[in-house]
Amino acid sequence: MPQSIGQIIKLDGVERHFGAVRALDGVDFKVDAGECVGLVGHNGAGKSTLMHILAGTGTPDRGSLAVGGAAQTGYSVGRARQLGIRCVFQELSLCPNLTVAENARVSHRSIEGWGWRKRAAALIGDKLDEIFPGHGIDPNDIVSDLPIGKRQMVEVARAFTVTTDPLKLVILDEPTSSLDAHASAQLLAYVEKARQAGISTILISHLLGEILSSASRIVVMRDGKVVASDVAGGFDRTRLVATMGGAEGHRADRTKTEARALGHAPVKVKARPEGQREGHELVAREGEIIGLAGLAGHGQTRLLLDVFRASTGKRPDAEVTDKVALVAGDRQTDGIFPLWSIAENITVRSLARLRRGLLIAPDMTRQFALDWQKRIGIRTPDIDNNILSLSGGNQQKALFARALGSDARIILMDDPMRGVDIGTKLEVYDLVRREAEAGRTFLWYTTETEELDNCDRVYVFRNGRIVAVLDRHEVSEEKVIQSSFAEGVA
Amino acid sequence: MSLGSAQAVGARPINWARLMRALLPALSLGIVVVAIASLNQRAISYLGFTLMLNLAIPIALATLAQMFVITINELDLSIGPFVGFVGCVTATWLHDSPLLGITVLIAAIGVYVALGALIHLRNLPSIVVTLGMSFVWQGLAILILPTPGGKAPEWLLALMGFKPPFIPMPIVAAIVIALVVHFGLMRTSYGAVLRGAGGNGQAIGRAGWSLLRTKMVMFGLTGLFGVLSGLALIGTTTSGDANIGNGYTLLSIAGVILGGGEFVGGRVSPVGAVIGALTMAMAASPLLTFMHVPPDWQVAANGAILIIVLAARVLISRKEANA
Repeated sequence: MPQSIGQIIKLDGVERHFGAVRALDGVDFKVDAGECVGLVGHNGAGKSTLMHILAGTGTPDRGSLAVGGAAQTGYSVGRARQLGIRCVFQELSLCPNLTVAENARVSHRSIEGWGWRKRAAALIGDKLDEIFPGHGIDPNDIVSDLPIGKRQMVEVARAFTVTTDPLKLVILDEPTSSLDAHASAQLLAYVEKARQAGISTILISHLLGEILSSASRIVVMRDGKVVASDVAGGFDRTRLVATMGGAEGHRADRTKTEARALGHAPVKVKARPEGQREGHELVAREGEIIGLAGLAGHGQTRLLLDVFRASTGKRPDAEVTDKVALVAGDRQTDGIFPLWSIAENITVRSLARLRRGLLIAPDMTRQFALDWQKRIGIRTPDIDNNILSLSGGNQQKALFARALGSDARIILMDDPMRGVDIGTKLEVYDLVRREAEAGRTFLWYTTETEELDNCDRVYVFRNGRIVAVLDRHEVSEEKVIQSSFAEGVA
Repeated sequence: MSLGSAQAVGARPINWARLMRALLPALSLGIVVVAIASLNQRAISYLGFTLMLNLAIPIALATLAQMFVITINELDLSIGPFVGFVGCVTATWLHDSPLLGITVLIAAIGVYVALGALIHLRNLPSIVVTLGMSFVWQGLAILILPTPGGKAPEWLLALMGFKPPFIPMPIVAAIVIALVVHFGLMRTSYGAVLRGAGGNGQAIGRAGWSLLRTKMVMFGLTGLFGVLSGLALIGTTTSGDANIGNGYTLLSIAGVILGGGEFVGGRVSPVGAVIGALTMAMAASPLLTFMHVPPDWQVAANGAILIIVLAARVLISRKEANA
């Protein structure tokens, strides 16, 4: 097979079924040496399943898989590693109780014997320096002490470390979802550098700009099939969105919301970041959508939590005049109840209203969950399935349903769109705007500047303080970045 | 490097809650020792410590045994009866026909390894399996030694009765045991994998390690330290009793938690666990006797001490989580 010399991995007619659902329906896919393949598609299009098969954590029901031109039988994670194929999974796969260096050791069998701690620390430390200069992570830090963004840096860096096994292909599943713009740029620059050195990558991302600027070839999936595969130059945003289907008119949508005069609406939230005595104060009026921007982890979440606490007890820094609900960003730890069904996850915030006498009324909770499933479009055959049966985006929708279905008039959103596909995002944006028009107030922390277009006013955070307030017509990526970095630029 | 400087601003303040958590075991031990010293100065002597801590070594070993399974998010409710069973084997077969005794003890460790495999393969809750096993061990112990009695092997008595210069034997033994386990679990490269299995088993599996093996190793270590605990216990008490280890199950769990361990997540500390066990041993009877607490009330007082110390531990963890 002469054409397979530069070929790293190739799938032919791969199928994978989960019950009646065809997650993969005859997929042909290949990666050559020195390629950065951008893989895009809606939630549930089959990207994750495809990735699991490539990484050896899932097996196809039908079809063949070849690595370096050699057909594989009994392909597994261990085999994939030996052949130089690594994967950074979307749900973080570090051991939180171990140090960064120990986590590096876990994925490299050859690091053992005397001095292994030093060698592991050097291995991961050097790679972090190389990919994310100025990362501020010590190899002896315990992972659970690191914020989610830094954990993601560690995980990405770990995937690129090399000891005895070769490194040919790294699969990055939403690698930038918890990184701020600066670290994302560092990562994408490194991906390009690695590509030139012959290490291929598969980049799965919902940020189309990222895919368009970084990938050398783009593969689009829809409904378990590959529907397009072309050099990156052959795509632009419009074609990409059109090929993925379902999310047309994104740009048009953005202009639909015009500035609303809410200057006289009653004030719902007043808050200052802890420790900031003077300067900007966050004010949210009824019906406003307020954006919290800036680099990831600069005090936005903390402010949201302060506001949340202020709704149940008095706090010096925040004043809240109505009921509050929070949509968590780190949905695995703060959001979902993993052992509960979708319906239970949706209704938990509203159980007080869904009862007769002292007991929960099952018909009322069911109706409530079904209503919201329909309103928010949660794709599932049965609302009583476990919440984990949903894809990440649909889990997030369930969390939105929980908050929006509650009696809360103020909704706090802690970067909830992490790793959510563009179709879901647009649906949720619409919903948020509708709810705001109906008089709900939103405080929305986001790391994606595009989302700020939905906001009436944006507060930019830096080092735990509000450093700038932008009105809706002033909001632009440059402005936000400028404010986020203002003093940091030497 | 704008981001670098932005991040450096919040760089690594000393984590006081973390420090407190690490020091809490030592601190609580210190308080108990000071309390004893203020009640009875003569207790703080070579002989005093030897007497007060003579039961601390088996407790420390049982606590470490418990710690191994807690590392991988399991619990061993049978460790107390198991220590009792080992004690009965030691006081009878190991004394009368050493070969049979050794075989039985090794087989007992093998049973633990098999339990680990069973729990992993069948995905059973360890609490149920070990609760069941606790009756098995208890029953076997009563079959072997229906009435208290038997005799400890000479070599065991000699080992446990050894009197090192200056520092009492139990303290030397505690230090050695703590360091060996600390090195093995916290410092070796496979130790990191074992702890990682408790932190995020899926990640360990994806990195190509066998989770079955980690469970078998950890349960095997629990069995081994359970055997050592039983041997040490009989070496101090000189004769066996089927019920001798019954209190150890809860003492060992309390010792692990007091020593800074968590029930889930693979966060444990061998050194802390040993100190926790010493604290439990000293607070149990010597302190209460010196405080002239009547024996009828000692068990309840013991429980009260446990609640106070573990509550302090929970408060500190909560602070740490908020930090």
